[in-house]
Amino acid sequence: MIPAAFDYHRPGSLDEAVGLLARHGDQAKVLSGGMSLLPLLKLRLASVAHLVDIGHIPGLDYIKEEGGMLKIGGATRQVALERSEIVRSRYPILLDTVLLIADPLVRNRGTVAGNVANGDPANDHPATMIALGATLVARGRKGERTIPVNQFYQGIFSTALAPDEILTEIRIPTPPARSGGAYFKVKRKVGDYAAAAAAVQITLGKGGEFERAGIALTNAGPTPLEATEAQRYLVGKMPEPAVIAEAARIAAAKGSPSADLRGSVEYKREVSRVLVARALRKAVERAGGH
Amino acid sequence: MAKHQIQVTVNGATHQAEVESRLLLVHLIRETLRLTGTHIGCDTSHCGACTVLLDDQPVKSCTVLAVQADGSQIRTVEGLEQGGKLHPIQEGFTEKHGLQCGYCTPGMLMTSTALLERNKNPSELEIRTAISGNLCRCTGYVNIVKAVQYAAEKMR
Repeated sequence: MIPAAFDYHRPGSLDEAVGLLARHGDQAKVLSGGMSLLPLLKLRLASVAHLVDIGHIPGLDYIKEEGGMLKIGGATRQVALERSEIVRSRYPILLDTVLLIADPLVRNRGTVAGNVANGDPANDHPATMIALGATLVARGRKGERTIPVNQFYQGIFSTALAPDEILTEIRIPTPPARSGGAYFKVKRKVGDYAAAAAAVQITLGKGGEFERAGIALTNAGPTPLEATEAQRYLVGKMPEPAVIAEAARIAAAKGSPSADLRGSVEYKREVSRVLVARALRKAVERAGGH
Repeated sequence: MAKHQIQVTVNGATHQAEVESRLLLVHLIRETLRLTGTHIGCDTSHCGACTVLLDDQPVKSCTVLAVQADGSQIRTVEGLEQGGKLHPIQEGFTEKHGLQCGYCTPGMLMTSTALLERNKNPSELEIRTAISGNLCRCTGYVNIVKAVQYAAEKMR
């Protein structure tokens, strides 16, 4: 399959890239790893007149801890996250997530920020970033601004990014002591999107109670879903089986998945509930709360 | 639509080509360079038959634009054999009956080669994980894993 014709641009700097996006408006798309965009263009489910490839802009490929945050550059590939010592030792939820995305060959090309900025509710990083309380840095004609990830998603393939803006960095607050997280996903096979998936990041207080809980669901509606009620329910409570079961019930009830080949609405909601409970238990275990 | 002048090194040989923006890397390899060992299977970045090494990383060449590969080193299945001698991974697939119809084989070979360059002693799970983006329509995975293990031993 061959995509419809387009012009390809390879800017050497962010300013040049933003200039190209500003000039071509909604006729242009950012190309990074291309693992979502190129299949769409090949299947002709989308067409675009200009592709602006940010893959050759220096300084966008990094994973570093700085100023109390983990910073992931806008062109960092999934494989880099997967092999990062910082991620492997200190951010288990990110490792869980990345290993469940597509397959290793796709992860050699696809980028973390592309997965976040794509706006497909089936992407996995968005729920994880919501659970982690991440902030996104966007660069456009008017300069740089930050967007809390839980205010980023507006609808299917619709995000807070303006047509001239590029997601340049993901900032994740370094979790305090006694924190843990996990991502669980049910899919039919390697490379499939989630029938359901749940991201959980928690911090326990001095008495072992939930001090903070971030919970979000993948593929449970038109946008990644932050389970705000379940988050509020947990704060101050002890991580006991009945509490975890109730939080999972509240979180899954918020989901509005659609029926497809991966299952019925009832099935997906039930899988969501089970996965939130599993992710909560794993997160508590990783936080040292057993 | 503008054309682009690109340069790629494929199996050690440098090639210049003028490509349309939308030309896929797999079409550059198969049609422009006439290296037809790389197969096109699903054409939707699922099956991995089109896997080549792009700067030593296995990628699905049906989902990379040729222009994105400008300046890169590419290795295809044709580059495995050196001086008339099969690469250990090719020998492994021969010895362990690692192929039936052969359609997925070029991709399996390239993914396995990259694995063995990174990990000299992969466990069975690591092999299975590494090839999880390469589908064998004959379902011959057991022997593919044995073939990779054979090559790993040979290369150590």
